[in-house]
Amino acid sequence: MKRYIFPAIRLTIVLIVLLAGVYPLLIAAVAKLAPGKGDGITVTHHGKVVGYANVGQTFTEDKYFWSRPSAVDYNAGGSGGSNKGPANPAYLAVVQARIDTFLAHNPGVQKADIPAELVTASGSGLDPDLSPAAAEIQIPRIARERRLPESRIRELVKQYTNGPLLGFLGPSKVNVLQLNIALDDLK
Amino acid sequence: MTAEILGVIVTYGLALLLAWPLGKYIAKVFKGEKTWSDFMAPLERLLYKLAGIHPREQMNWKQHLKALLTINLVWFVYAFFALVFQGRLPLNPDGNPGQTPDLAFNTAISFVVNCNLQHYSGESGLTYFTQLFVVAFLQFVSAATGIAALVVLLRALKEKTTTQLGNFWEFFVKSITRILLPLSFVLAVILAFNGTPASYAGKDTIETLQGDTVSVSRGPAAGMIAIKQLGTNGGGYFGVNSAHPLENPSYLTNMLETISIILIPIALIFALGYFINRKKLANMIFGVMTVLFITFCSINIYYEAKGNPAITKLGIAQHIGSMEGKEIRLGSAATALWSIATTSTSNGSVNGMHDSLTPISGGIAILDMMINALYGGVGVGLLNFYIFIIIAVFISGLMVGRTPEFMGHKLEAREVKIAALITLLSPFLILAGTALSAYMVVHHPGADWAVQPAAWLNNPGYHGFSEMLYEYTSANANNGSGFEGLGDNNIFWNVTTGFVLILGRFLPIIGPLAIAGLLAGKKYIPPSAGTLRTDSATFGVMILAVIIIINALAYFPALALGPVAEFFSLR
Repeated sequence: MKRYIFPAIRLTIVLIVLLAGVYPLLIAAVAKLAPGKGDGITVTHHGKVVGYANVGQTFTEDKYFWSRPSAVDYNAGGSGGSNKGPANPAYLAVVQARIDTFLAHNPGVQKADIPAELVTASGSGLDPDLSPAAAEIQIPRIARERRLPESRIRELVKQYTNGPLLGFLGPSKVNVLQLNIALDDLK
Repeated sequence: MTAEILGVIVTYGLALLLAWPLGKYIAKVFKGEKTWSDFMAPLERLLYKLAGIHPREQMNWKQHLKALLTINLVWFVYAFFALVFQGRLPLNPDGNPGQTPDLAFNTAISFVVNCNLQHYSGESGLTYFTQLFVVAFLQFVSAATGIAALVVLLRALKEKTTTQLGNFWEFFVKSITRILLPLSFVLAVILAFNGTPASYAGKDTIETLQGDTVSVSRGPAAGMIAIKQLGTNGGGYFGVNSAHPLENPSYLTNMLETISIILIPIALIFALGYFINRKKLANMIFGVMTVLFITFCSINIYYEAKGNPAITKLGIAQHIGSMEGKEIRLGSAATALWSIATTSTSNGSVNGMHDSLTPISGGIAILDMMINALYGGVGVGLLNFYIFIIIAVFISGLMVGRTPEFMGHKLEAREVKIAALITLLSPFLILAGTALSAYMVVHHPGADWAVQPAAWLNNPGYHGFSEMLYEYTSANANNGSGFEGLGDNNIFWNVTTGFVLILGRFLPIIGPLAIAGLLAGKKYIPPSAGTLRTDSATFGVMILAVIIIINALAYFPALALGPVAEFFSLR
């Protein structure tokens, strides 16, 4: 033990300097060249920062595309999922209530067409995206609220849909914040 | 869904493609042959000099263990005090407080042992100082400890008869400078360019498009995320780990992070083949692990893509699978793959909430951690698998009525006893812990702790039981993921899992090294026609059977009470 304790302490100190001091500083320096300069990529609207490109936010007004439910109300000071098990009766009651709310705000939508991702909470509570189906089902409501033809909004959704990576890997998605900003800019 | 399945297949394929050359490279590094990374040699010499180490000094297996345990103890003491006093230390722009002693005990152990169970949330439970100087630091060195321990085993397997097994400090330092640091740097830079924060700026406050005021946590995340993926650590920068859109911003980063989980564990299997010059043995080990890995992946992808039956009954559409606790940009298939990658390798990072997995997927994740040797944690995965090999050799020996031998050394009572004890340790820790916590929930729901047992469980019934079973399984496997609904930041969980963590880490390192060291000290018996061939497919099937039988016997009752019962209740 005595033979090893001093090398162990000295090695620990020099490795702390290398791995906790030098390494992250080096990354931070390289990240200065990255979009957002390593501080996170922000989104600006009319000269004002309205959010982070990768971080979702709450949209509850009928004139906006709603985000997915969140266990932390999209407060990105923290993060969290619901951690509800699939058979939990209290959880299923919450999902049922979300379905009812959605149907009340979107008359004309058939229950069987509601995509589950729109009434289930994301893992982070900060999901910035919707699936294309979850965006499309909100189009009639938004067209009505904004007195715009559905076709224009449909076009917008299409324009803001990001397909799979390289065209064949992973899911398609729509960034809710960017879509809603574009919606505000529609005249 | 086709694109999601393709994404999963390509991700796994790329991991194998990269692991092969990496394995060759790792073998070269530890054989001391020339590699491209020799430019690190001056840095290594500087480290040895500053630390007062003589890297040429040979150690036997006991000296290796002494060095390993001593430095781990130093890290624990350092981490504990840094966590308790973090509130008063520098680099704390958000003004987060120090950890309570029981939480600091748990956190320090958890990171020292490469587990990364987190009973706090990174945004509020740590400061930038402890994120970097405790957590990220320990993520490097605990992974390097695992690799160094494996290299000792490889040295013991390579030589016919020897007690000279190389120098622990050299293996340890090279694991960092030649493997972990370069790979982490590359991954961290890619993450930073995809939107992961990497600066020291504190929380930001913004007004959203709809006019709400919210804050956004940031910090030096990219570098830490890279090593937590590559070193099978798993402890996330942000509370929800790689489900967080800043920790894992896109499908591309998700592919890279998934590959990083299994990359070094798989590469080490190939490295074994090159290092001891028995590629057939390495292929056999890789084959057995892969059969189970792919089976588990297929099951989880199937059930997650199919969706939650209870949601189907509510009458809505689930075309992209069960999405509670999952992210749109990642999708259900990629989350299912991750759930197996992370539980196979004792990584423990998550990109979706395991508590919300459908019953069978959640159960497979638990089973995967119970086996804890499919690719496994960096270094220690192969050590665990070595125990299964020893048991399989022993049983085969009994079946054919010969003294069992492994690689030219007789396997005798002492070695088999050690292997049997290590095998029995896991079920003992997991099942005793789960039984104790279940007892507290039922009989002492009002115990006076920060979280009372009555409030521990986030879900009733079978799933609540699974939450406790998962926690102890994860602690024993040094995995670190959780059914995170569990209210685990109180003295009961912090202390009990703390002890499970220590035992579940160090005994499975000590055991295999002792066996290997003892075997290497014995007389070498050249192979003859009667020798059991341990690199054949037949022997592979034997190991597979041993793994299945041991784990089924030990764990089926517990799994039946949790995930299996939940599955049938949902039909």
